[in-house]
Amino acid sequence: MLPAPFEYHAPRTTEETLELLDQLGDEGKVLAGGQSLIPLLKLRFASPAHLVDINKIKDLDFLEERDGTLRIGPLVRHKAAERSSLLASRYHVMADAAPQIADPIIRNRGTIAGSVVHADPSGDWGTVLLALDADLVLRSKSGSRTVKARDFFSGPFSTTIQPTEILSEIRIPAAKPQSGGAYLKLERKVGDFATVAVAVHLQMDDGKVRSAGIGLTAVGPQNLKAERAEAALRGARLDDATIKQAAALAAEAAEPKEDHRGSVEYKRNVVRVFTERGLKRAYERARGGG
Amino acid sequence: MGQSITVTVNGEKKTAEVEPRLLLVHFLREKLRLTGTHIGCDTTHCGACTVLVDGTPVKSCTMLAVQADGQQVTTVEALAASGTLHPVQAAFKQEHGLQCGFCTPGMMLTGVALLQEKPDPTDDEIRWALSGNICRCTGYMNIVKAVKSAAAQMKASAAVPEAATASARS
Repeated sequence: MLPAPFEYHAPRTTEETLELLDQLGDEGKVLAGGQSLIPLLKLRFASPAHLVDINKIKDLDFLEERDGTLRIGPLVRHKAAERSSLLASRYHVMADAAPQIADPIIRNRGTIAGSVVHADPSGDWGTVLLALDADLVLRSKSGSRTVKARDFFSGPFSTTIQPTEILSEIRIPAAKPQSGGAYLKLERKVGDFATVAVAVHLQMDDGKVRSAGIGLTAVGPQNLKAERAEAALRGARLDDATIKQAAALAAEAAEPKEDHRGSVEYKRNVVRVFTERGLKRAYERARGGG
Repeated sequence: MGQSITVTVNGEKKTAEVEPRLLLVHFLREKLRLTGTHIGCDTTHCGACTVLVDGTPVKSCTMLAVQADGQQVTTVEALAASGTLHPVQAAFKQEHGLQCGFCTPGMMLTGVALLQEKPDPTDDEIRWALSGNICRCTGYMNIVKAVKSAAAQMKASAAVPEAATASARS
């Protein structure tokens, strides 16, 4: 299988990239890890006239905490997240998700930002960013704007990014003490998309939930944020009844479709069970365990 | 349409005019006639086309040849370049780590990269590392055994010169 012909550009700087995207408009498409885009080109689901490959721009590869914010650049690959000791120690939901994405060879090349912009409803990073209440910085030649993850996704494979913009940075509030998270994913085999996955992030404050983030993968037209479940947790003590109630609300928020991976009832039930387990695991981690 | 690229393939610089849409796997197989790199699924699932790009396993059906410009690509043909089998190849032979052999080049290159990073992997680490390479014959038991045995072999041969230096020093 061969992609349709296109013109290839490999700019060396972000400015050059933005200039190109500005000129190309709808005709241009950004290529980062390519692990979703290249298969789409081969299947001819996408046939942009121009590809703008950002892999040669070395300063887009950063994963660091600065000024109270975790910052993730457009070229951070899944592998880097999987191996990051910073994520392992303080951003549990990300550290949990990274090694469950696709397979090890794809993780060597695919990027977090690319996956987010691709916006597959079965993709994992969008859900994680919803749980963490991340901000996405979208930059074009004419300036930059910041969009909340929950305002970014607009449908299957659809987001509010413009063709002239790149996702130049993902910003996550720096992890504070008494925070914990978890990502639970059900997949039939390594490399398959999720049947269901749930992302949980908790900020505790002396035994009470200060804030909770819950994201759902593969159970709707886009990655979902279970906002009613989050609201039910705010200010509450995490006892069994509260956890059960939040899990039931998360299951209600899911909009699964029946397919070869399972029925609507089954998937909704997995959301419920994973939310319960995720909350317990996140709570444990927030208290310094697991 | 053509774009000039220079890729170091198995230690040799290769310059060619390629169409941007040419996939790395087709560049290797058709332009350079290095047919040891196989095409299995064509959909980024199977790992038969795995090569090392700057030492890292990559599915060459999911990378453009133009993206390899200026980079180092290692294919299965490099493993026995000196005329003797690479320890990973020897171990696949010894442990019957292949049946039909179609997935073998990808399996071996992923194995080589793993052993470079983790010279003494556990069975679980080997399975984990190879989980992006599919064996349609389901010969996984012996593939894992082969990588394990290659690790032991490489460790033993690395230990010899070290021991020799140690005794020379004492």
